[in-house]
Amino acid sequence: MRESTLWFWHLLAGAVILILLALHMTIMHLDDLMGLLGLSHGDPIDQKIVFARSQQVFFMITYILLLGAALYHGLYGLRTILFELTLSRTLERTVNIILTVSGLALFVYGAYAAAVIYLMKEVQP
Amino acid sequence: MSQTSGPSEVVFDVLRYNPEKDAKPYRQEFTVAVTKGMTVLDGLVWIKENLDPTLSWRSSCRMGVCGSCGMFINGLPRLACANQVAHLHSDRVVIKPLPNFDIIKDLVPDLEAFFTRHRTVKPYLIRRAVEEQNQPTSEYFQSPQELVQYIQFAYCIKCGLCLSACPTVATDDRYLGPQALAQAWRYSADARDEGGKDREQEVYSSHGVFRCHFAGACSEVCPKGVDPAFAIQLLKQDLFKRKLSGCKEQHGSPVTAPITEAKENPKIPKAPAPTLTK
Repeated sequence: MRESTLWFWHLLAGAVILILLALHMTIMHLDDLMGLLGLSHGDPIDQKIVFARSQQVFFMITYILLLGAALYHGLYGLRTILFELTLSRTLERTVNIILTVSGLALFVYGAYAAAVIYLMKEVQP
Repeated sequence: MSQTSGPSEVVFDVLRYNPEKDAKPYRQEFTVAVTKGMTVLDGLVWIKENLDPTLSWRSSCRMGVCGSCGMFINGLPRLACANQVAHLHSDRVVIKPLPNFDIIKDLVPDLEAFFTRHRTVKPYLIRRAVEEQNQPTSEYFQSPQELVQYIQFAYCIKCGLCLSACPTVATDDRYLGPQALAQAWRYSADARDEGGKDREQEVYSSHGVFRCHFAGACSEVCPKGVDPAFAIQLLKQDLFKRKLSGCKEQHGSPVTAPITEAKENPKIPKAPAPTLTK
């Protein structure tokens, strides 16, 4: 893929992370504040609440989107740092392959976990 | 202009190197009597005329226009002709060839790689209608506002100071460098140009704009006030906008109508007849 396209996606992934991370921080770490506004649903890390949240399509999609954006943004950044080491063309290709394969594997694994909990019938004690 | 008084004598500490004779570069000192307004280049000329005729450097115009006399003077890349010895505020002028370039001899850097990078970005107007470009019938339209978009980047004199100051060029020999990238922007931002796509492959390669750390050293040392670091950011901004808008084809400004009714101004003297014939 062309470098300019990879860089453009890197920026877009950054913007997606910014929005979804704000959502994550609001839900997970600002529940006391949300309680004052009457928007809290209880302890955000309570197993039942985590399960209930994961059963919603919105959160399932959000988790997968955040996972994809964070993986892409982070791995592209790592690739940039590695390229700064002035690697040979062969090593650059090797880095590209390793990062693409590991990124895809981590994404599939994470997306699978989000899908499984979404499809789960009931919470396991 | 303010005149700064300095020492009456300074030591020129010059890096010498002749690859045909010397195993490695060495330093040589020359004592030079400073005269009012003496530039570093004047000092070198005086040394060559009076102390050592073998001292080599590259220079031409002596007025900061040709960009030939770039050197590493007292820790900064500068033009030798545009810096007065008195303004350095030191009794020692340490002169080395520009960093990030191979040395041909003494203070003469090898600029081959520099101009190769420059050529890579196709630093000229590219039009789809080649016939009009090769056999122009008129001029391409350009408004004063369109001129402002690129004019500061057109002041580049190709002295190589920006490359010698760039930390990325120092480590990545495949990096295009600030000069070439600024020139890519100079032409891509020109309303008459249609060659943005032709430059993309090199400019937006993995060793193009994305390698810039934005240290800003290139802009800091430019003797003509060009801001290559800004040009690199503008290239990135332009790419982002074009990606968002779906990479629309660039259309250059139209050709103005041919001049048909021009009248001679009797107040303007006629050009003399050509002295050379084919």
